[in-house]
Amino acid sequence: MAIAKTFGIETEYGIVHRGTDDPNPITASSLLINSFLASEGYKPDARSDVIAWDFIDETPGADARGFSPLGALPPEVETHLVNAVLRNGARYYVDHAHPEMSTPEVADPRSAVLYDRAGELIIQRSMAAAAALLPAGQELVLYKNNSDGKGNSYGTHENYLVSRDTPFGRIVRHCTAHFVTRQIFTGAGKVGAELPGQRTDEVHYQLTQRADFFEEEVGLETTLKRPIINTRDEPHADARKYRRLHVIVGDANPSQVATFLKVGTTALVLAMVEDDLIPHDFEFASPVASMRHVSHDLTLREGLPLADGSTITALEVQWELLDLAKEYVDRHGTDATGGEATHEVLRRWEQVLAGLERDPMELADQLDWVAKFRLLEGYRERHGLAWSDAKLRAMDIQYTDMRPDKGLAWRVGLEQLVTDAEAIAAISEPPADTRAYFRGRCIDTFPDQVVAANWDSLVFDVGSDALRRVPMMEPMRGTRAHVGTLFDECESAAELLRRLGT
Amino acid sequence: MAEREQIRKPAPNERENETADSPSASERGEELKAELDDLLDEIDEVLETNAEDFVKSYIQKGGQ
Repeated sequence: MAIAKTFGIETEYGIVHRGTDDPNPITASSLLINSFLASEGYKPDARSDVIAWDFIDETPGADARGFSPLGALPPEVETHLVNAVLRNGARYYVDHAHPEMSTPEVADPRSAVLYDRAGELIIQRSMAAAAALLPAGQELVLYKNNSDGKGNSYGTHENYLVSRDTPFGRIVRHCTAHFVTRQIFTGAGKVGAELPGQRTDEVHYQLTQRADFFEEEVGLETTLKRPIINTRDEPHADARKYRRLHVIVGDANPSQVATFLKVGTTALVLAMVEDDLIPHDFEFASPVASMRHVSHDLTLREGLPLADGSTITALEVQWELLDLAKEYVDRHGTDATGGEATHEVLRRWEQVLAGLERDPMELADQLDWVAKFRLLEGYRERHGLAWSDAKLRAMDIQYTDMRPDKGLAWRVGLEQLVTDAEAIAAISEPPADTRAYFRGRCIDTFPDQVVAANWDSLVFDVGSDALRRVPMMEPMRGTRAHVGTLFDECESAAELLRRLGT
Repeated sequence: MAEREQIRKPAPNERENETADSPSASERGEELKAELDDLLDEIDEVLETNAEDFVKSYIQKGGQ
């Protein structure tokens, strides 16, 4: 049986320190986050000014295949950098010279959009807070993209809780087909093409930021030789019952519809994989080449070679996955894929595929790659520019400028699925229906007693004997329904711990 | 491939009819076009003044 999906999105933002000759992205990222924390009244702490992230359960080198190939590099865990846990249950930290926002765990695709949007607003507040501290003429500007256009990429990762019983090979088989082909609606668009470390001029415009950077089919790395299926096996939950699929192929999407579909369709595919209900294999002859091919083909019509010698288009694969998903929901309901929102996923999935088949430009208010393409093409025609013109490359970068008055994505008329009022509330309120509720409420209610936190535990100092660790190995426990009244009734962290029976 | 074609139902052409005729889609298209024209009219005020320098200086360290 497919298990109820828990979702999360991690976004590494691009960062530019303007007005200085000597920019340092790590210092700038730290300043950004610390400015936010100070301006929002997070508690100062001797070590890092905030409730610290607890690395005790982090094992990013664990491999889902049960072995690590010789020469595979497990990701590094950088423990000395700014690393905060927010009242909404999110993690906000410095990773690889970028500020990174990990949403709290959510239980449905719409909430994933809501907390991704809340993350954007936190970034905007952080930029404003940093500007108030920096000398006149200096400013930190953030970009929600995944490439600098020069061969350097940084990621937007999705996470899905899946059943440990599901054979990993089956996940690899079907998710590869989905990841190669979902790019037609998840892509954020990019001018030109890159190989890792360098730019090429063979492509004017492509669907995704990220496709150029994938070199392997399956693997553990996330920063070098990136694989389509990442095998990091670090569930942040009971490892006997769960694995976490760490998806690294996606783009950062300003479009809420794209984020909604990215997460919603992937959850459906995973539920079908868990229940072994995908009857055919789309085994690509060369998944890595097909991944780039899909991204580079603006016609969406070119066939991708399958291992059996036939060809198929990305749209054909997506239509078939949609048909299977509809059947799946008819027969098995929506418990595993986020409840009611699943119906909205199916409706929009169909609408977007139909639009892509007729004329992608119809989707200029839905999808990032279309919105950006239309804007650039309009500008190019008006001014008679070649695709190689620096102005178009500048607009590409500026599409995801996080300043509301400068970022083009905020002005092209993209449909919003969540209101800014909801997203503002989600800056400080955790989701009610996952363990993020417990984490967020503890941070908010007992900031002086929570000394460390991570995804699957909280550590309290209640002044008595030893520090007390509260494990949270079940992502769907610790919800408002489970513990909401405890926070209303408990006067102190000590009382909370006593009532929890730890 | 013939087999795969048979699996797909309804065919894309039939699907199109389900949504293509909705009047709101074409209205939204007009609206979007007008919005794009407005944005293109004012975009030079928003764009980085020296595109070449801006693109050159936008260098990020690789991440995940």
